[in-house]
Amino acid sequence: MSGNAIEVKNLTKKFGKFVSVDSINFSVKQGEIFGFLGANGAGKSTTIRMLCGILEPTSGDAFVAGYSVKTEPDSIKRNIGYMSQRFSLYDDLSIEENIEFFGGVYGLEGKKLIERKDWVLESAQLTGKETTLTGLLPGGIKQRLALGVAVIHQPPIVFLDEPTSGVDPISRRSFWELIHILSGEGCTVVVTTHYLEEAEYCGNIILMDAGKIVAEGTSSALKAQYIQHPVFEIETDSPVELMEKIEKAPFTVEISLFGNKMHLAAQDTFSTVSEIGSALEKFGAKNILRIDRIVPTLEDVFIALVDKKGK
Amino acid sequence: MNLRRLKALSKKEFKHILRDIRMLSILLIFPVFLLIVFGYAVRFDVENINLAVKDNDKSQLSSDFIKSFIHSKYFSFTKLIEKDADVKIVLDEKQAQCVLIIPAGFARDFYSNKNVNVQFLLDGVDGNTATVIYGYAQTATASFNNALTEKNLLRAGIKQLKPLDVRPTLWFNPDLKTTRFLIPGLIGMILIISGVVSVSLSLVREKEKGTIEQINVSPISSLELLVGKSLPYFLLALFDAALILVAGYYIFDVAVKGSMILLIFSTVIFIACAIALGIFISVLSNSQQVAFTVATFTSLLPSVILSGFIFPIESMPLPIQIISNITPVKFYIVTLRAIMLRGAGLSAFWQQWVYMLLFTSTLLTLAAIRFTKQMKNN
Repeated sequence: MSGNAIEVKNLTKKFGKFVSVDSINFSVKQGEIFGFLGANGAGKSTTIRMLCGILEPTSGDAFVAGYSVKTEPDSIKRNIGYMSQRFSLYDDLSIEENIEFFGGVYGLEGKKLIERKDWVLESAQLTGKETTLTGLLPGGIKQRLALGVAVIHQPPIVFLDEPTSGVDPISRRSFWELIHILSGEGCTVVVTTHYLEEAEYCGNIILMDAGKIVAEGTSSALKAQYIQHPVFEIETDSPVELMEKIEKAPFTVEISLFGNKMHLAAQDTFSTVSEIGSALEKFGAKNILRIDRIVPTLEDVFIALVDKKGK
Repeated sequence: MNLRRLKALSKKEFKHILRDIRMLSILLIFPVFLLIVFGYAVRFDVENINLAVKDNDKSQLSSDFIKSFIHSKYFSFTKLIEKDADVKIVLDEKQAQCVLIIPAGFARDFYSNKNVNVQFLLDGVDGNTATVIYGYAQTATASFNNALTEKNLLRAGIKQLKPLDVRPTLWFNPDLKTTRFLIPGLIGMILIISGVVSVSLSLVREKEKGTIEQINVSPISSLELLVGKSLPYFLLALFDAALILVAGYYIFDVAVKGSMILLIFSTVIFIACAIALGIFISVLSNSQQVAFTVATFTSLLPSVILSGFIFPIESMPLPIQIISNITPVKFYIVTLRAIMLRGAGLSAFWQQWVYMLLFTSTLLTLAAIRFTKQMKNN
């Protein structure tokens, strides 16, 4: 497998006539944090579930830790950790009982179990709270505990399916710190998310849309490849009105709305705030509160890509 | 099958049960409740029948006749009716279940060797009870008749000859106690309800909460999951069975006549049936609500109506008799009655074992097929 933790070859999943995952190919290097992006229903979870050996592919194959998802799903299950937003541990069991249960499931016992239990408690910052019922923990801490439990057996690969959905931003950041610790220890992390800013924490990323991979690479490579124009963030009182007004303007390449802000990709001749400011003014745009030149985000990439497809 | 994983699963399940008041009450309070209700309230024994009397003769003989009724343990005297019109009222208002009407000239006709007609009115709303009362009345009259005839014959110096004398001896349940008949059925009913409901709920809960997903990606196999999760319920059901037996012995005086080992084996097989049904239901349903409804419906109704627990299967019409085979309780009850009441050996009920094993393996296979399919396709 030459250093690749995961190797995906023409992997396809159909549900009846609906093609959820359409012949995708990619590989994940040992020890990297691999991001899986896409809207809900893009086929992210289906792919992850196939890679975990719980969903049989319709055609194609994938090798996880060297085992085929088609023929050796049981070997895969012993070598991976998995956590999803749906997984919320057993609420009616204490923290310690949850840890011990999953430890037992993965065959840990005695000294090893105690050692790993301490590690999980520490990484979730729950040392000393072993007997608290898991259901009483706040969402963010519960997710960290869940991640710790998911890797209790120190698997070489861990899959995280929307692990931070519904968690507050601060907890999300500390959750990502934990992911980086895991990665530092040599664990390959595959994570799906629809929070595009989270993808910035990843090494390689693939973007899925309607079952297909529409882009792949590192975050900066993706931005360089798809956003070649300067991007400005414009804050305004009446974003919808302004957007309608300047959508067809000669300086506009692409425009997208983010709350009361909008991101405007402008023609290359407009590289500074004052240049674009005067252009906007000439065009009759009113109520502009602020203009900044920004480093494009993956969100811009994503919108650009999905837009392109729509056109 | 990996024992360490089984142990982890069972241990976890035990903890769930101990923290879930609803589950605990299904498993522990419900059986005790049923036992008391059925043990004390459900009785077919007809005793203390309220008897009212209208004595139009008021002779020594008529009063002796009345006494022969009242002195049996079955009748209790409630009222002496004065007016003819009151007879109807007494029955209408349920002051008495039956009225004995002795005609005027009862003693006179009797001593002049004429036929005497005594009227006996019965409340026939509950046909079963009425039949039993009727039987008691006939027995009471017959023994009164016999005693008188014997006395008369003796006075005439003739020794009575009894051409035929039937002397019934009741086997297995000599004092015809309902509880003795009910306890085996009660064990069956309690075990199946608690087994089916609790097992189906526990599996569906993992589906509902999504925790099943984490189990699926772990090395736990479907078989380990089903066995590991069911094991605690299996042990609790055995405990329930023992509890009912002990209670049956001390409260209702129902002892086990036959082999305890056979009894345990039969119970183990039967609990396997109940758990298989629970697993099957849990595979088919997606919410605890659905599982609970289906589980109660499929376990409670057939085990009360079709199992022979209360209503004898032999007296059902043929199509219903055939339908009655859907409930394993039927077969367990036959086995239990054979062991507990008759002290019979394996030869008397091995077919029931075969049926129960067949029931278990069929349902488990169907459940496993369906479960595997579900897991691969959603």
